Order: sequence, then C-alpha cells, then structure tokens
Amino acid sequence: MKGRLAIFIATGASLCPLPALAAALEGQAQQQPINWVAIGMFVAFVGLTLWITKVAASQTRTASDFYTAGGGISGFKNGLAMAGDYMSAASFLGISAQIFNDGYDGLIYSTGFLVGWPILLFLMAERLRNLGRFTFADVASYRFAQVPVRSFAAISTLLVVSFYLIAQMVGAGQLIKLLFGLPYAAAVCIVGALMMLYVLFGGMRATTWVQIIKAVLLLGGATFMALMVLAQFGFSPEALFARAVQVKTEAALGQGANAADAAAAGRSIMAPGNFIKDPVSAISFGLALMLGTAGLPHILMRFFTVPDAKEARKSVLWATGWIGYFYILTFIIGFGAIVMVGTQPAYLDEGELLRGGGNMAAIHLAHAIGGNAFLGFISAVAFATILAVVAGLTLSAASAVSHDVYATVIKKGAADSRDELRVSRLTTLALGALAVLLGLVFEKQNVAFMVSLAFALAASGNFPVLILSLFWSGCTSRGAALGGMIGLLTAFVLTLLSPAVWTAALGLGPAPFPYSSAAIFSVPAGFLAIWLISLFDRSPRAAVDKAGYGAQRVRAETGIGAFAASDH
Amino acid sequence: MTDLDDAALVAAVADDPRYQGLVARRARLGWLLSAIIFFAFVAYLLLIAFDKAALGAPIAGGVTSIGIPVGLGLILLGIGLTGLYVAHANRHHDAQMAAILEDNRRKVTGP
Repeated sequence: MKGRLAIFIATGASLCPLPALAAALEGQAQQQPINWVAIGMFVAFVGLTLWITKVAASQTRTASDFYTAGGGISGFKNGLAMAGDYMSAASFLGISAQIFNDGYDGLIYSTGFLVGWPILLFLMAERLRNLGRFTFADVASYRFAQVPVRSFAAISTLLVVSFYLIAQMVGAGQLIKLLFGLPYAAAVCIVGALMMLYVLFGGMRATTWVQIIKAVLLLGGATFMALMVLAQFGFSPEALFARAVQVKTEAALGQGANAADAAAAGRSIMAPGNFIKDPVSAISFGLALMLGTAGLPHILMRFFTVPDAKEARKSVLWATGWIGYFYILTFIIGFGAIVMVGTQPAYLDEGELLRGGGNMAAIHLAHAIGGNAFLGFISAVAFATILAVVAGLTLSAASAVSHDVYATVIKKGAADSRDELRVSRLTTLALGALAVLLGLVFEKQNVAFMVSLAFALAASGNFPVLILSLFWSGCTSRGAALGGMIGLLTAFVLTLLSPAVWTAALGLGPAPFPYSSAAIFSVPAGFLAIWLISLFDRSPRAAVDKAGYGAQRVRAETGIGAFAASDH
Repeated sequence: MTDLDDAALVAAVADDPRYQGLVARRARLGWLLSAIIFFAFVAYLLLIAFDKAALGAPIAGGVTSIGIPVGLGLILLGIGLTGLYVAHANRHHDAQMAAILEDNRRKVTGP
C-alpha cells in the first residue's frame, strides 16, 4: 500500500501536484486514518489553553473576575477576542461551503455579518461600557424595574445562546468525526467537556485568551490558504473566478445539461442565486444579520471587559477590521474550494457531494493545499474556533442566569459575590450538558442557517430594547420587558413556522410562514410593541422610568459613575 | 467621589450647553454613519432581490461580476466608517468631554 501511494505521488507530482494529493486519499472514504499532525496540534492547543485556564483560575476570585476579567483588557486585545468570539466555525466552514456550492451567495452572508459592527459602534459601544458592568441587561434595565427587564434579558440570552450553540456543536461534531474518525456523539462530548473546563475555572480571563489565540491562528491559517489559492492563479482573482466558472460549467455538462444550460449554470456562481428567492426574504435575512450583531449577548458582554468607553470604541474598530479581512479571505477560500476540491473525486462521495458532510469544503481545501500537515493545522484551528465561541456563549448565558436571575431578580442585588460565582459555575455545568444534548439532537442541520436563527432573535428582542432604553426617554419598564418579549416571541414563533424548521427539521409539510427569516416582521414588532406599551403605561413605575432618563443619558454619554477596572 | 457628588456632577453637566452641543453633534454623527451603512446594505439587498442580473454582469468583458466589488466594497465601507468614527472621537470628542467634566467637577466640589 505504501509503495503504491509513493508511486501515485511520484507520477502525480510530475504532472501537477493536485492529483497526487487526491490519489493519496483514494480508498479511504470509509474510515479516516489517524492524523497525528492534527491530533498533535490539537493537543498542543488544548494543553496551552488549559495551562492558561489554570493561571486564570488562580486570579478568578470574584464575580467581576469571572464575568469581565476584572475589566482590565485593552481595546486591541478585546477586539481580537471579539473577532475570536464572532468568527465562528459556522462562518468559516458554513460560508466557504456555501460559496463552494452556490458561489456568490456566500458573500451575502459575509456582508450581513459585518455591517452590524459599525452600527454597534456608532450607537451602542461607548454607552454600553459607561452604563454596564457584567451583562447587557445592566444597561437595558439601568433605569427600569429590575425584575421584569432582567427576566426578559435572561430569557432572551438563553434563547439566543441555545440556537447559536446548536450551530457550533453540530460543526464540532462533524469536524471531529471527519478528522479523528470519532463518533459524532463522542466529538460533541469532548467539546462540551473542554468548554466547561475553560469557563468553570478560568471564567472570562481564560475565555478571552482562548478567543485571542484562536483568532490569531484562524486569521493566520485563512491568510495562508487564501494566498496559496491565489498563488495558483498568479494572484489574479479574475483567473480564479474564470476557472471556477469553467469547473461548474463542466460539472453541469457532466450531468447531462446542454451547452447553453451548462454555461448558464457555470456563470451563475458570479451572481446572487437561489439562496435568497424573494425580496421579503432578502431584506428580512439582511436585517437579522445586521441588527442581530448588535444584540448578541456574548458580544455585548465583551464591552464590559475593557477599562473605559475609549477602549470599547477601539475594540470595535479592531474587531471590525479583523472580521472584514476574514470574510474577504473566506470568499477566496470558497472559490479555491470549487477549483481545487470540487474537481477531485477523492474529496467527493458517490453522489458528487462533499465527503464528511456539506460543511467540509474548507477542510478539504486545506488538504489540497498543504497535505496532511496543513489539514491537521486547519482542523485543529477549526476545532479551537468552536471551543472559543462555545466558551464565550456559555459564559454569557451563565452570567445571565447568575447575575441577572440569581443575584438581581432572586436576591434583589444583595447576593454575595462568592455565592454568585458558585451559581455561575453550576449554570456552566448545566449549560455544558445542554449544549451536548442540543448538539446531538440537531446533528443534520445546516450550521450557517442555525446561526441566522439566533441573529433573528437577537435583532428582534435585545436590539429594540437596548436602542429604546438608551435613546427614548418615554420607554418604561413594562414597555421594555413586555415589548421585548413580544419581539422575541414573534421571531421565535415565525422561525418555528418557517421552511427551515417546519419543513426541513420537523417534516410537517409546507411552511405556514414562507420566508427564510422572520426579522422583517419581528424587528418592527419589537419596536412597535415597546413603543405602544410604554405609551399607554400609566403605572407609577412608568413615571419613575421616564424621570430617570435624563441622568441615565448623561452617564451613558460621559461615563460618570461608570464601573472602573477592578484590582483586587 | 461619592454617589452624591456624582449626582450633582450629572446635574451640572446636563445643564452645560457645551455638553448639550457635544452630545447632539456626536449623536448626529452616530446616526448619520449608521444610516449610511444601513441604507447601503439595504440597497444591496434590494438589488439582490430585484435585479440579480445587474450584480451578475461581468466587468469589462471578463468573468468577475460587478457584484463582487460591490459586496467586498460594502465590507470595506463598514471598516472605513468605523475607522472614521473612531478617529473623529479620539481627536475631538474625548478632549472636549474631558474638559467639560473637569470644569463641572470643579464647580461641584469646589476648587
């Protein structure tokens, strides 16, 4: 076997390097060989991050350490960590896979994921830092009755995080299955266990470092892949696109299409295609991605880890820059996969589908570019990516339960920091188990799409509540809590009734709600509900809420009385 | 500084016309830039929804379509506007706000 491989590689290499790599994989479609490079790199990453967790654990004594790493992280580091939090495996694997399948459509995802960041900066970042301490609910409930608004925020956080977690866990399971040949269930359990260790012992400090390391590795790996793809085409994107169109045309011809249809099919990857079918879905989907970014609890939470508003501002600039750069790389990687993966039978099943699942385009491309060593590196990075995002998500959900529900709603703000910390850790354990369970239940879903569900919820609940509580003096406790809940429920119910869940996941036939995203209805529903309920709120509390706006606005704008970074 | 001093400072700052001017300017800038990126993105989506062919049209007889620089341009616009805002805030807003706070703090707590 070894001798035959060597001959394949030797003869292949003399013609062109790609068939050699393909040949090396032949006949191994059933069981993946153990990739020692990948395992080595992954073990090194886990070892490093667990060591960091151990160091962080010794510095994690108070609730403030746990939630915000004491609030002393610089804008640059926080920006990298935000990018690490945001550049999920779903965007890396999902978007490159979407480009691999449909070409241009993947770019619509990328732009949508990016354009929320500027809005987050222009309207919210500094004000969040000035008013908040641990969770976005600190800001949303600043001048309001704590119990209703915090309860809303906690429910919303748990819903958003659950959907987002599903996507991450599914990506993790598929990835490790392909890479290590482990059963899906075992893979999901490993992710759950490691994430629990980071969050449980290291809190925000360990999570931040995991995210920073992952961001650097992912950006480095993606840069290398994009450069190697472009290098094949003399650094001419035009040549890359031309070859991709040719590949898709030939594929259509191979399936028996006539010449004109095949040419149209090849050409279609240069234009928006069927991913977004109608105008309502297009706008709705875009709104969910754009406004959802500004409502994601695990992203909002990162603003409380910096010392002041100026550093909060800087973190968004760094995050936006890194994330935008990453999406440009992803675009090149997706087209690289069409050319270098789609043409190699070794990467495909009998049915012409990607081996290992639909989201594996980038992983196969890594193999096509740099053989087993680079496949190992990118797989380890993708796994690290999932761990970092999952840890951030879990931390934000644990904070919502311990800080918003336990300390504020149940203990009325009189909770001991030690008790609060204990509740966060118990919640982390429960969430880890929940994440594993959800990962198992949703094994077959398209992971990028699951993320957009989470965005629709964040855009319809958290975003309207934050904007109106920050900018509208007439907003009341009842309006924020009930109105936010209405926005959230509208998004949730419409999502359940949409094709992705109703038809694809539940198999209940044609979907009652025909559009791919709920946001175009649910975001206005959230705003309108908050506005109307506040308007007709004649309770004594409403007067207090409105009277509190002036001082809140000054504090939000100036940072007077903002929580400072804490040393012990 | 105690909470009581904080409250007095908040009240003093709220009445300072320089503060009101700064906050109004800053809010205007924030909403303007938000509107630019928002409507640029919505316009892009509408183009996708109503005229896919326009974005699919090749540039100068090549293969690359117009949609590619448009989509990537939108990403760069987002980064560019973010940089613009941060540069402006660093250069103007911070110093002005610090001066306003300093003056009012002296007024509230005495020299």
